[in-house]
Amino acid sequence: MAVADLNAATRPAPATPFQAALKDAALVALVAMALAGPIVGLQTVDRGGSLTVDARFAEVAVGIVIVFFGRLGLALSDRGLRLPSYGIAAGLAAAGFLLPWPTDLLGVLAIAAGAALVIRGLAGQYGAHRQSKAALATETDEEKADRLRRLFTRGLGFLLLAAAVLLPMMPFANSYILDTAIRVLTYMMLAWGLNIVIGLAGLLDLGYVAFYAVGAYTYALLSKDHGFGFWGALPLSGLFAASFGVLLGFPVLRLRGDYLAIVTLGFGEIIRIVLLNWTNFSGGPNGIGSIPRLTFFGHPFVRNAPEGVVPFHQLFGLDFSPLHRSIFFFYLILVLALVVNVFTIRIRRLPVGRAWEALREDEIACRALGINPTNTKLTAFAIGAMFAGFAGSFFATTQSFVSPESFTFLESAMILAIVVLGGMGSQLGVALAAILVIGLTEAFRGLAEYRMLVFGLGMVLIMIWRPRGLLSHRDPTILINSGKGVRP
Amino acid sequence: MDTAYLIQQLINGLTLGAVYALVAIGYTMVYGIIGMINFAHGEVYMVGAFLSLIGIIVMGLIGVTWVPLALLIVLILAMAITALYGWAIERIAYRPLRGSFRLAPLISAIGVSIFLQNYVQLAQGARPKPIAPVIRGGFELLTSEGGFAVTLSYLQIFIVVLTIALMIGFTYLITQTPLGRAQRACEQDRTMASLIGVDVDRTIAMTFVMGAALAAVAGMMVTLYYGVIDFYIGFLAGVKAFTAAVLGGIGSLPGAVLGGLLIGLIEALWSAYFSVEYKDVAVFAILVLVLIFRPSGLLGRPEIEKV
Repeated sequence: MAVADLNAATRPAPATPFQAALKDAALVALVAMALAGPIVGLQTVDRGGSLTVDARFAEVAVGIVIVFFGRLGLALSDRGLRLPSYGIAAGLAAAGFLLPWPTDLLGVLAIAAGAALVIRGLAGQYGAHRQSKAALATETDEEKADRLRRLFTRGLGFLLLAAAVLLPMMPFANSYILDTAIRVLTYMMLAWGLNIVIGLAGLLDLGYVAFYAVGAYTYALLSKDHGFGFWGALPLSGLFAASFGVLLGFPVLRLRGDYLAIVTLGFGEIIRIVLLNWTNFSGGPNGIGSIPRLTFFGHPFVRNAPEGVVPFHQLFGLDFSPLHRSIFFFYLILVLALVVNVFTIRIRRLPVGRAWEALREDEIACRALGINPTNTKLTAFAIGAMFAGFAGSFFATTQSFVSPESFTFLESAMILAIVVLGGMGSQLGVALAAILVIGLTEAFRGLAEYRMLVFGLGMVLIMIWRPRGLLSHRDPTILINSGKGVRP
Repeated sequence: MDTAYLIQQLINGLTLGAVYALVAIGYTMVYGIIGMINFAHGEVYMVGAFLSLIGIIVMGLIGVTWVPLALLIVLILAMAITALYGWAIERIAYRPLRGSFRLAPLISAIGVSIFLQNYVQLAQGARPKPIAPVIRGGFELLTSEGGFAVTLSYLQIFIVVLTIALMIGFTYLITQTPLGRAQRACEQDRTMASLIGVDVDRTIAMTFVMGAALAAVAGMMVTLYYGVIDFYIGFLAGVKAFTAAVLGGIGSLPGAVLGGLLIGLIEALWSAYFSVEYKDVAVFAILVLVLIFRPSGLLGRPEIEKV
């Protein structure tokens, strides 16, 4: 930055900040036009067996105008002209609501651009305000803020837990809400498991879903072909997934972080391709169906049980309701997820947990201290894999159907997005992120096709603005260079 | 297993390898200069393929029928716009993260990759896009007793010749020009380079631009060679080209070319003699084996971990 500023100083200075902002915005709009023009503006369509091109220049032109004004607002705000920037934001938002747009998406884009401008402007003002105050802040102030934050975190955690326990008893809890909640909790459990690998041990695992798949398929095969019950198959599939983790991890955990990411990605794909093609073993693309449904310790959730079996509702003298099964699943996954959570919180305080965090920060120093990096990483990898295996067997029993389609790279990316969004290493952050991500996906079902687009963008933006996640304030305990974590 | 069949597979493998080599150079250059795996590079290649596809169709619509001219225009436009994509990605998603924590650029790159994939899917549709062959015909080299004819198509010659030409130009660029010198300086020591007046930001940006332009060429070749592309081709091609870069020794340009050719040959021969379904598994397995037993690759220097 400093170099760029020096260069700017030697050039003839632009007349006014407004002109400079205008130039900046025009440049960005031009780049946007070149980028989007051909890909968005010219759509290839199949007509009569051969491809031809449909022009959508109006949409692109409108999009470029939005980009121009958005960038103009940003540039003005950066140059200290806050008021005109807010004016542009209001204009964009109003236009987004009022004007007839060629497609709804552009209207949404305009509103989003306006909102982003306002947020950015306010954040800038708040930051400046804080900086002016920071000089005055004393040690006790910081401690107080820290204590408050910890109290807030703990309170929020308990609130969430209470809400989760009470949810099935609420009058509005229908099967849709319960199913969504089960989905949220499954992802939460997976994200907590991945958090051990990424957040604590600092190993970027892009093939986490492979262990989920191993767990699911193990459960499916054990319960269908070998007559195992849920409680027998659950630990076995966890163990199996963990041994897969050891098997895959042992050769590759010596590698540098980013190599590890690619290799785990490769392993994830290998497992998926094998499941897809090894038809005798896994049913190929058709998957494995009619996996035995979970029973309540031997009492099935059915209206009419076969001879000699007492169904769940008779056991408790209730009327039959299809909700019972969902409620049982809900509590089951809640308990499973909480096991992962408590386990993580506790193991952090054990030597191995500390070794993970130390390895994440500095591997060479750890080696100098006599920590065996491979073994330590391997434990994290295996434990993470085990929890994915548990989640996988839960998935298999709720769906009673597994196929390779459920275990694509996008699934891994989604779990990763939850962990990154929540803040790597923060348990509560990950929980909130899981609720946010799955909840938003459910809320915007109509815009489902844009979901992954927004995820991708979100991952980039979070890395730029809050590399440690939305909630987490956890900086490494000791830092050598600057006192301010990863980025100011 | 006659020789004619083997020769045909070798020709096909080399053609494929040329494409991988062009993509692999993008990985290896970026890794060399800033030490990150540009996970989104496969997607950049996919964007290049789509730009070529659109360009070829538009050329047909506006009546540029002389094939060499049409392909030249498409090639230049696709390279320019894809290069702009490379530049924009670096500017938006990677530059602000320089100096952030270790995994940040990689996670950001995964984000870019997911974004680009869905962006193209939404803009262009999820269906595979077929086009009619643009360059037809070829030589019949020899016919075996079994009646199997080895053909070397004009398209394959075009691909290999273009790749070789680009390699020569590229080697000149790296070894002889001020930009190449600046790149090599940044590769050795970024701080020192900036102290002696190298514009580090610009040099890194140019690295991305060059990598993206080469990926666009590879994208155009694949569009012409296979005649069908979809929004998902970047993922696998990216992993394979990355494998090629690692196999050759990441950071080494001749290594990327060698790795690309080897991966192309392995993939072609594996599909021909073992199983088509597991050809991707074979490539992944090579990646893992190379990383375990020879992480510095065939031509790379061993990496020294610095504190």
